[in-house]
Amino acid sequence: MITNRLMNTRGTLSFYVYAILLGTALLVPLFNLLPPEGSAFHLSDYTVTLLGKYLCFALLALALDLVWGYCGILSLGHCAFFALGGYAMGMYLMRMIGPRGVYGDPILPDFMVFLNWDELPWYWLGFDNFLFAMLMAVLVPGALAFVFGLLAFRSRVTGVYFSIITQALTFALMLAFFRNDMGFGGNNGLTDFKEILGFDIQARSTRAGLFVASVAALAAGYAICRAIVTSKLGKVLLAVRDAESRTRFLGYRPDRYKLFVWTVSACLAGVAGALYVPQVGIINPSEFTPANSIEAVVWVAVGGRGTLAGAILGGVFVNGMKTWFTSSFPDMWLFALGGLFIFVTLLLPKGILGTFLDYYGKRKGTGTDVAAPIAPAAAPPEAPAPEQEGRPRELERAGA
Amino acid sequence: MIAASLKPRAGLLAATVCLIAALFICAGGNAKAEEELAAEAPAFEELVAALPDASFDEKAALADTIAGTGHPRAGAVLKALAGGDLYAAGNGRVIIAEGRKGPYKDALTGEDMGDLEDRPSRIIVNNRLRGSLRDLVALINLSSPEKDRRAGAAAAAFSASGQGALRTVERALEHEEDEDIKAALEEARAAMLLRGADTEADEAALLDAVETLRGRGDPDAMSVLMGTELARTPAMQEAVDRAVAKIQTELKMWDAAQNVYYGLSLGSVLLLAAIGLAITFGVMGVINMAHGEMIMLGAYTTYMVQQFLASSAPDLMQYSLVFAVPAAFLVSGAAGVAIERSIIRFLYGRPLETLLATWGLSLILQQAIRTIFGPTNKQVTAPDWMSGSFELGLMSITYSRLWIILFSLAVFALLLAFIKYTQFGTQMRAVTQNRPMAASMGVRTNWVDALTFGLGSGVAGIAGVALAQIDNVSPNLGQSYIIDSFLVVVFGGVGNLWGTLVGAMTLGVANKFLEPYAGAVIGKIIVLIFIILFIQRRPRGLFALKGRSVEA
Repeated sequence: MITNRLMNTRGTLSFYVYAILLGTALLVPLFNLLPPEGSAFHLSDYTVTLLGKYLCFALLALALDLVWGYCGILSLGHCAFFALGGYAMGMYLMRMIGPRGVYGDPILPDFMVFLNWDELPWYWLGFDNFLFAMLMAVLVPGALAFVFGLLAFRSRVTGVYFSIITQALTFALMLAFFRNDMGFGGNNGLTDFKEILGFDIQARSTRAGLFVASVAALAAGYAICRAIVTSKLGKVLLAVRDAESRTRFLGYRPDRYKLFVWTVSACLAGVAGALYVPQVGIINPSEFTPANSIEAVVWVAVGGRGTLAGAILGGVFVNGMKTWFTSSFPDMWLFALGGLFIFVTLLLPKGILGTFLDYYGKRKGTGTDVAAPIAPAAAPPEAPAPEQEGRPRELERAGA
Repeated sequence: MIAASLKPRAGLLAATVCLIAALFICAGGNAKAEEELAAEAPAFEELVAALPDASFDEKAALADTIAGTGHPRAGAVLKALAGGDLYAAGNGRVIIAEGRKGPYKDALTGEDMGDLEDRPSRIIVNNRLRGSLRDLVALINLSSPEKDRRAGAAAAAFSASGQGALRTVERALEHEEDEDIKAALEEARAAMLLRGADTEADEAALLDAVETLRGRGDPDAMSVLMGTELARTPAMQEAVDRAVAKIQTELKMWDAAQNVYYGLSLGSVLLLAAIGLAITFGVMGVINMAHGEMIMLGAYTTYMVQQFLASSAPDLMQYSLVFAVPAAFLVSGAAGVAIERSIIRFLYGRPLETLLATWGLSLILQQAIRTIFGPTNKQVTAPDWMSGSFELGLMSITYSRLWIILFSLAVFALLLAFIKYTQFGTQMRAVTQNRPMAASMGVRTNWVDALTFGLGSGVAGIAGVALAQIDNVSPNLGQSYIIDSFLVVVFGGVGNLWGTLVGAMTLGVANKFLEPYAGAVIGKIIVLIFIILFIQRRPRGLFALKGRSVEA
């Protein structure tokens, strides 16, 4: 019965999410394309691209929330998957430049001509096919996540240790992609794109199309994540998050569940990256910077960890703030971002949406948020210390 | 009183006089020897007179013979020839020009020539000849009364060749008394023999020469051995091969030793960066992403201390580090205590949240420093005793690296002793091991937490002082160390300072050994991947604390 009511609230929430997304998909291109420039209703191309970018970030936040909010895996390297997806798309767009590059080589991208390469390296083959490229944008991050996760989860690398090695992973990838001989454009990355699927990438209609595609991808991502977290599997995920050992003792295999969501999440991040690149027009190794991935975590934290809609909200909200700050008070942005990190973790552990739902639920007299993580009370005195030798600790710590 | 203070000075004076007198006698003796030698080689004048009309090759041979005569004027002549100051006058005499247009001096006697009626023609040399002439001139220094110049000449003699050079070296060997210089001369002689300077050298002498070069064992000796054309007999060939093989292994070992040294120096930087983290993360279990910024604060404190000293007490600049270390410890430590009291104490037991909050804090600190000091690098001057280097065998050891190794080890040892032997260290360990029990024994656990965090941060500040000497002092200083530091602590094993030491040194050495094969970037990537895989095998690091730990 209670479950029923919970599902109801959640159902309403997801209805709002779909409605808002649909509205955005219809109205933004409409206001961009129809009213004449200078009209009060006109949305500039810049704004459309910006909003499209936010939606890609929102999808990344969604992917991150799936693993962090619902499975307790804090990834500090999700931008690696995002950037890999972006590079797959970038490679397709590079191939589409064709002979219009500065050096006019029909096949080789400019930077390869510059490096005196004679032919495409094998891993660039097939990227002139859009479908293949898109498949790679999903499969490459997915495969990397699968192998990484398989190794890590099987040997029960958890918590902070996992976070640190994901950070090492994205750091290693960043160093690798900065190298010129990797064949991904080194420092400069991939840029100077001309067209996508035959449409001019600068054209207003193409941008509107990309925007709609981003909304669609976000909606699809939301649907997938929702399907996962509301299923029975989702319940096991929550159990793994809150008490991994207990779940294991009950006969589940937490590593498999974790591996599954981890891989799905990486694929979603890859899609987000693939949509991001044509809209901003460049992909370079700085996307791999560990700081970026940590920033993505705060989007989730601000929006509301453990609520899918919250992640979307956080992705759009924090990035909107970033745009506003960096244009109005560029020096203040890092203060604001840093303050946000501290404020949210100390005072708003459930994020905007989580807090709102709590309040809303309390007013109605029911607890609503089934997925909000159990946050232990501040400063439990016995918590922080790692175990010292020969001093067995109470097993029940597993539940904390 | 006055007499007493004068006395030592008088002694000094006497000593100086004695020394000068001794020098004169020496010089006189030397001059006498030179004269005798000159008498043995009457051909000097003819040799010099032949110079103007000789071809380049002939000039080289002549110059070599001139050096071999040991004539007192030989050095001046050769020097003038190398510098293009040797001229042939109309009357067949060879003269040395002091400047472009004179005055001129006779090459043979050194007498002033006064004005010349017709323009003398310069005796020209080419680059190859100039090079061998320089070697010969250096050899002339072998008869210098100053030990340093003789040593320099002996070292330079190794690359010289030719019969004259050989004879010069052999003559120098006869009355050289300093052991080191003698050894260097022996090596030079051996190298010349193997280059074919003495066509009449018998096999025994050549084998001796091979042996001498094998003892020298550096790349120069190896190239001489490999280039020699005198290995005609099987015995000789075998000796050369054996010597080359031996030198090669030795060189490899030196190379490895140098890599180990570089590795240790990188490892000690990692150790410095990570050791504070080993306390906050390892002992307290707090993920402090602002750790790098504590290092940065230490570096900026160093900068401030130097700025202050430069403006108010420039004499103390040499000792700026003496002030900077405690200042940095206090600044970063105070920042650490403040952070613990204001943020971290609310987040114990929630490591992931701590991570995020401290990351936010690191952004704020970075931006604050950028706002106050500007985004550009600040100049921190290293004291004199930290610059320069010395040679140890075939390794070159820079003082700055050496000091950082020593400094990091000292910090490590102090910290270890502090935790082990002080009251506060005991309380710290008590709180980590069993908080409720420690609390019921009267330990103020809250303050121990705060001070432990302050200690870790303060040590990071000290690291900042050292890193300021070798890295750019900029707001991003800390960020470049944070990932490495975490990997070191995780690799070494959380909660164990020894693990941090071993982890840092292992990673440093591994990095430096990979670099020659894979390049710096790939080497780093390999190390990162290695750590990622290593954590899969041993999730608790090298020196894991044993215990029934269920979850992190």
